[in-house]
Amino acid sequence: MPPFNMQPLKNPMPTQDANVRKGNFDEVALGYTAEQAISEAKRCIRCKHRPCVAGCPVNVKIPEFIGKIAEGDFEGAYQIIAEDSSLPAVCGRVCPQEKQCERVCTRGIKAGCESVGIGRLERFAADWHMAHEKALNAVTPPTNGHKVAVIGSGPAGLTCAGDLARKGYDVTVFEALHVAGGVLVYGIPEFRLPKAIVEREIDQLCALGVKIETNMVIGRVLTIEELKTEYGFAAVFIGSGAGLPKFMNIPGENLKGVYSANEFLTRSNLMKAYEEDSHTPIQRGKRVAVVGGGNVAMDAARTARRLGAEVHIIYRRGEEELPARQEEIEHAKEEGIIFDLLTNPVRILATETTDPRDPSFGWVQAIECVRMELGEADESGRRSPKAVAGSEFTLPVDCVIMSLGTSPNPLLKATTAGLNTLRRGEIEVDAVGKTSLEGVYCGGDAATGAATVIKAMGAGKIAARAIDEYIQSKEK
Amino acid sequence: MYQIVSKKSLNPTVTQMEILAPFVAKKARAGQFVILRVDERGERIPLTVAGYDRERGTVTIIFQVVGGTTERLNHKNEGDFIPDFVGPLGRPTQVDGLKKVCVVGGGVGCAIALPVARALHENGVDVTSIVGFRNKDLVILEEDFKAYSDDFYMMTDDGSYGRKGNVCVPLEELLEKGERFDEVITIGPLIMMKFVCLSTKKYGVKTIASMNPIMIDGTGMCGCCRLTVGGEMKFACVDGPEFDGHLIDFDEAMSRSRSYAEFETRQREHACNLFKKEVE
Repeated sequence: MPPFNMQPLKNPMPTQDANVRKGNFDEVALGYTAEQAISEAKRCIRCKHRPCVAGCPVNVKIPEFIGKIAEGDFEGAYQIIAEDSSLPAVCGRVCPQEKQCERVCTRGIKAGCESVGIGRLERFAADWHMAHEKALNAVTPPTNGHKVAVIGSGPAGLTCAGDLARKGYDVTVFEALHVAGGVLVYGIPEFRLPKAIVEREIDQLCALGVKIETNMVIGRVLTIEELKTEYGFAAVFIGSGAGLPKFMNIPGENLKGVYSANEFLTRSNLMKAYEEDSHTPIQRGKRVAVVGGGNVAMDAARTARRLGAEVHIIYRRGEEELPARQEEIEHAKEEGIIFDLLTNPVRILATETTDPRDPSFGWVQAIECVRMELGEADESGRRSPKAVAGSEFTLPVDCVIMSLGTSPNPLLKATTAGLNTLRRGEIEVDAVGKTSLEGVYCGGDAATGAATVIKAMGAGKIAARAIDEYIQSKEK
Repeated sequence: MYQIVSKKSLNPTVTQMEILAPFVAKKARAGQFVILRVDERGERIPLTVAGYDRERGTVTIIFQVVGGTTERLNHKNEGDFIPDFVGPLGRPTQVDGLKKVCVVGGGVGCAIALPVARALHENGVDVTSIVGFRNKDLVILEEDFKAYSDDFYMMTDDGSYGRKGNVCVPLEELLEKGERFDEVITIGPLIMMKFVCLSTKKYGVKTIASMNPIMIDGTGMCGCCRLTVGGEMKFACVDGPEFDGHLIDFDEAMSRSRSYAEFETRQREHACNLFKKEVE
């Protein structure tokens, strides 16, 4: 057993300099070197109660994989992670570890001490594996003859598909867009999650025998009923994601230059509109207001910054209440994003011309906001913001990006008889993801509303187990 | 990959293609749309379904060359492939319960009005068709329209073919004469649909307009295709593409449709130049 490293703080993550990276879309965090990884791995003291494992939504055997890294067996570390996680290189980058495994780490309990950098180590092991692997592991498990359909190729669908394929199921994933990956390709920017990594993780699943059919909008081109009857799928997993972007219902939201964060990010990430000669257009604003304070808002703001804009985050609560990950907020600040906190938009103002033939007609010119103050905490413990009377001001901007979350997509509900939904439209599921229809399971944002990649993966994993039990029980 | 099984030029700027896409062909209905990409770097563009052949597994699209993508698509030939063709998307035209309908099409919009006229005709509906074009050279699908219409009116802006004037002229004449349409369905340039809706509003005739805004995913995710209908925000891709024409904010839709006008012009010129170079 190598000696433990008792330094109180994590080995810092090497990153691209903020002044350089604000002008490119290359990945911000560069990853540990082998020496840094071993040093960090030695900070894990193999405590007996292993709180980190329970803190992980897919229960990765964290102390074991970290132990392998400490010994210098990086491939061994990867193999341990891969037993529980279908997308290690993705999770190591985008999981909110500080709210999960790292939050409960024994090393982080004492004041002034930081947890082990579990996410950074996971990423290291996954990247090492990708860089050193000679060919994709093409050993497909023996098939058990049962077909399962997965709707959506985001984190929930891919995890469910991977777990079932490893058990021998014949899995087909139906994706509505022209590439697989869901939010990993249309939502999360290249500089946080390089698309080549997502592609590689998906190739890995295909090597397991998972089939991916792109350009298939289930509900329109095929219904769930048809998948089960005509096409012989024994079970269906719905991982169709979050759905329709929300707007504020304030005047001016349909002006030219106003985007939903989904649209802005899809143009940039999926359609590569950030490339100079892209065939898909995107507005390169001079001054951009991003409304909202979540991770998606940070992604949109940092993308707009890289496209050359001065960027303001407009958020109605204070710094403490920002829902985004601390790391994202820090990175955004380093890149020069301006935070207009305790501020709320009232309306979006158009250019002055009233002549529709004038090319400048109907574009955003400014956003009118009001200052907010936080009132007493309500029953939920959150202090609700109230507008300060007479504090209205206008911020001249030529682009506004609304990042206010999403509401569920109504398509599957509308085209699937007997599929129950909750009041807001999320698909109703029990603890293992079972819906109101026999043999139909659901997980991820389609069931919970907008959440995180790893929660969706956790739901995909639980549903895969339930689908396996369901099909095996029917066998008997 | 999806193969182009036939290509036909309908007029100097409008092309018809049949695309082999059996899954889409099996489910497509009048009023719905598809999204396609022309090549691996291509943008996603929506095109309303102009026809389908379930047995041959083909879907017909008709498009006008307006930007880089349609320019590139127009350079594809019979036998070539396009990487992506997804659909059918949106809600189909509702034809149930209708007895007498007036279909008003304008320009390339006639390509989309045609399957609607056909669906109505095949459902036993009495169909009056009014189609309008800028001039004789741009007229498309006249014979097809006549085949599905009980009454047919051809209009051109300059009078070089049919009657001179816009589609609202015969429409208002018919309404004035007391023709009772259960519904008017209009598909064409936004400005034309706006005026058709103003005409029918005077006579209190229910009017459906088919919208074709800028889209990306076409499944409700991006909100790019949003428009105001009756004071409410609607997404053309999932709530439409057809809406009550009397409630649509056409001025806003027209403004939004020009969001990338400059980019489109540049892209088209760029694509043209590339093709010219290839020829040289």
